[in-house]
Amino acid sequence: MSIETPAAKAGPFAHEPVSIPRTMGLVMLALLPATLFGIVQFGWPALYLFVATILAAILAEAASLRVAGKPVRPYLMDGSAILTGWLLAMTLPPWAPWWIGAVGSLLAIVVAKQVFGGIGQNLFNPAMVARVALLITFPLEMTSFTVPTPLFSAHAPGLLESLAITFGVQGFDAFSGATVLGHVRTELGQGHALSAILPEVFGSVSGAVGTVAGSMGETSALLLLGGGIFLIYKRIISWHIPVTMMGTIAVLATVMHLVDPEHYTGPYYHLVSGATLLGAFFIATDLVTSPVTRLGQIIFAAGCGLLVYVIRTWAGYPEGVAFAVLLMNACTPLIDHYVKPRVYGRDRRGQPIEYADDAEVQS
Amino acid sequence: MKDQSAVLDSNLAPRDGKGSELMKRMQKGLVRLFNGHKTFDHGIYPIEHKELTAHKPIRRMPFADELVIPLQQHKGRPAIPLVKVGQEVVRGEPIAVADHFVSVPMHAPATGVIRAIGLAPTAEGPKTQAIYLKVYHAASQEVLYDLERDPERMTGQEIIEAVQDAGLVGLGGGAFPSHVKMKPAAGHVIETVLVNGCECEPYLTCDHRIMLEQTDALVRGIMMAIKATRAERAIIGVEDNKLDAVAHLRARLPKDLPISVEAVQSKYPQGAEKMLIKALLGREVPVGGLPADVGVAVFNVGTLAQMGDLLPKTRGLIERVVTVSGPAVKNPGNFLVPIGTPVRFLLEQVGLKGPVGEVILGGPMMGMAVSSLDVPVTKPVSGVVALEPEHPDLGQRQVYPCIKCGECLNACPISLNPSMLGELAVAREYESMAGEYNLDQCFECGCCAYVCPSNIPLTQYFRIAKSINRDAAARHYDARHPDPHPHHYDRHKDNKTHH
Repeated sequence: MSIETPAAKAGPFAHEPVSIPRTMGLVMLALLPATLFGIVQFGWPALYLFVATILAAILAEAASLRVAGKPVRPYLMDGSAILTGWLLAMTLPPWAPWWIGAVGSLLAIVVAKQVFGGIGQNLFNPAMVARVALLITFPLEMTSFTVPTPLFSAHAPGLLESLAITFGVQGFDAFSGATVLGHVRTELGQGHALSAILPEVFGSVSGAVGTVAGSMGETSALLLLGGGIFLIYKRIISWHIPVTMMGTIAVLATVMHLVDPEHYTGPYYHLVSGATLLGAFFIATDLVTSPVTRLGQIIFAAGCGLLVYVIRTWAGYPEGVAFAVLLMNACTPLIDHYVKPRVYGRDRRGQPIEYADDAEVQS
Repeated sequence: MKDQSAVLDSNLAPRDGKGSELMKRMQKGLVRLFNGHKTFDHGIYPIEHKELTAHKPIRRMPFADELVIPLQQHKGRPAIPLVKVGQEVVRGEPIAVADHFVSVPMHAPATGVIRAIGLAPTAEGPKTQAIYLKVYHAASQEVLYDLERDPERMTGQEIIEAVQDAGLVGLGGGAFPSHVKMKPAAGHVIETVLVNGCECEPYLTCDHRIMLEQTDALVRGIMMAIKATRAERAIIGVEDNKLDAVAHLRARLPKDLPISVEAVQSKYPQGAEKMLIKALLGREVPVGGLPADVGVAVFNVGTLAQMGDLLPKTRGLIERVVTVSGPAVKNPGNFLVPIGTPVRFLLEQVGLKGPVGEVILGGPMMGMAVSSLDVPVTKPVSGVVALEPEHPDLGQRQVYPCIKCGECLNACPISLNPSMLGELAVAREYESMAGEYNLDQCFECGCCAYVCPSNIPLTQYFRIAKSINRDAAARHYDARHPDPHPHHYDRHKDNKTHH
């Protein structure tokens, strides 16, 4: 019998079957249904844009790693760059030209992530930095949405026609439209009442299923909800951020709707429209840029929800998830500094814990 | 106990990580939700692997040709040898005496001759003074050093002295001299003796077998501990993956004794004494304090079973139950092993399936990997776990930067921020780690490293940081106090706990 000299590494000699690539992979798996729905609904241009955005993210990551002198392969294999590109693509207008996705990925990977030091070091959610930068820089391309033209339907562009839409010089102009949030916002601004606006653009079924104009991966509330629940079940995220964020939006919307139902839309509308679900389950929950404690996460998510509602209702943009998440990202270090769990053996003030001699057993 | 039998069966079923994850998780969740068993905050649920040995009765391990008995197998000052090279000793004979109060004597684990007194390898790393005992295989190995006495008639003080004379230390892994815990500092009153039968480390089942097979000795030991500490009662805490032991103990405990048995949730590190106190009494040991500060003394079941066995015969600790297990072991089991048996001999006896990657003394979470198979089994070694070279638990995966997922915060039983501590360790901000972030409260349970998706060796970072801080503090102290007693031992510094 041969007994070799053991390596004698440091313990513990057990590890939960978790890793960064697994985490990223599961998030992508959770995004897959809503993504496929978006591609089917908006046709080949959506697929081209999706692929272009992710490819640009991978190239940007590889180039940045090379410049930084870090090993390229293991860091590319962690999947974080792909996920960033994926999330960014989901928030873009599906028929946007390819360079919108490419420039966005460059901004996300280089400016928002690698400049800060790469994975784990960024202060702001890279995909949201890119989205906001694109929205401000290219307002026309970023607000030209298209009505759903499902693959193989009568009006859907073919493979080649789609190439022209995504990669052509002219872009498209035939199918321009606004998102539900954008449309309602414009109409409200012109003094119309909700009872006149809503019925023609928003139905409770179409809102939930997602057969409406919108960003590539944001329209299907049901599939995003399913993906989010999958992530909670897999313990990649906890319920605290999504539930708090959606709850805050719902409470605010309910209160305002009760005050003035003709000018303030109800909670259901807010939850299924725009990027609420994508934001609550996939964006705000970004591990790197959200607080580490459960209480901190609740404060963070409540702030996100509040800001989303305020921006949607009173600010200049019809949608506010990206702004809200970025603003709360900026607060994350502060939240983590102040919200700390009570350490075993210390009281809330940090002093050694004391029990009165005859004290009842406490928990 | 009828209502528990169903739960019991499901708990004894193999949990090997295969099969339907969903079913298992739901089943575990239901058991946890409805049984009402107490627990502590946070913690982890590692795969237990206890089915390899849980059903195997304790068997006696043969004597190796040579036993190596380090003079320091416990916390405190090393024992002073009583024997000379070439001297013949009889099994059970004292071969080293305690050096003052926080120290224990050693006894000959076998009849033989002292071959040498010199350096021997340890799992911790540095070599240490040890007595090499060549075993006379032809000898009867009868323990001749004993003297019947009636523990009922001994006073508390006599028991405390007898416990020290028996060389008893925390057999759960803590290795703290047991008699010291029985004599709390002035002003402290022990109300409750907690008997630690949690055995939360994966693979280990020796305490489980002791509760099943050495019940009478255990009960005797508990009564001695109650008497010595002047406690009012004792509670035996057992993880609910050993409900058979709970039922067995309840059935065997005489009704008139102030001893109760409580099942606690099977969650690592339930067997750490701070966690057990929290779970059973709802109290926390204050920072910088000891269990005695909340009226508690904690003893491992193995320690008390040995106490109940040795004290009536006036014997010393010469052997202990060790779980030898792990995926690389051919015939895993629980063995009564003479103290000083080299790990190599143990592994030869149980057989190996192939090459071995790591051999761990203790469990995989808090145990230490040995760099030499000549390391002997000492008093606190509860298990010897052998893993294959390519075992996935050995952490051969890529290490990534921290992504601040917060999993470690939700795993840390002390509610520290391991993520932040890890970043500070990389930045070498050791003072800040100890000051603002409570590093000294960390008892190196390994939960943070276990759950880390980035595979960061957090626990190892913390061991290094604590060691650097200890050295710095010692230098600082020495500079200001030229110490006439260089072996001064401060028990507050040692935060390791029983498990």
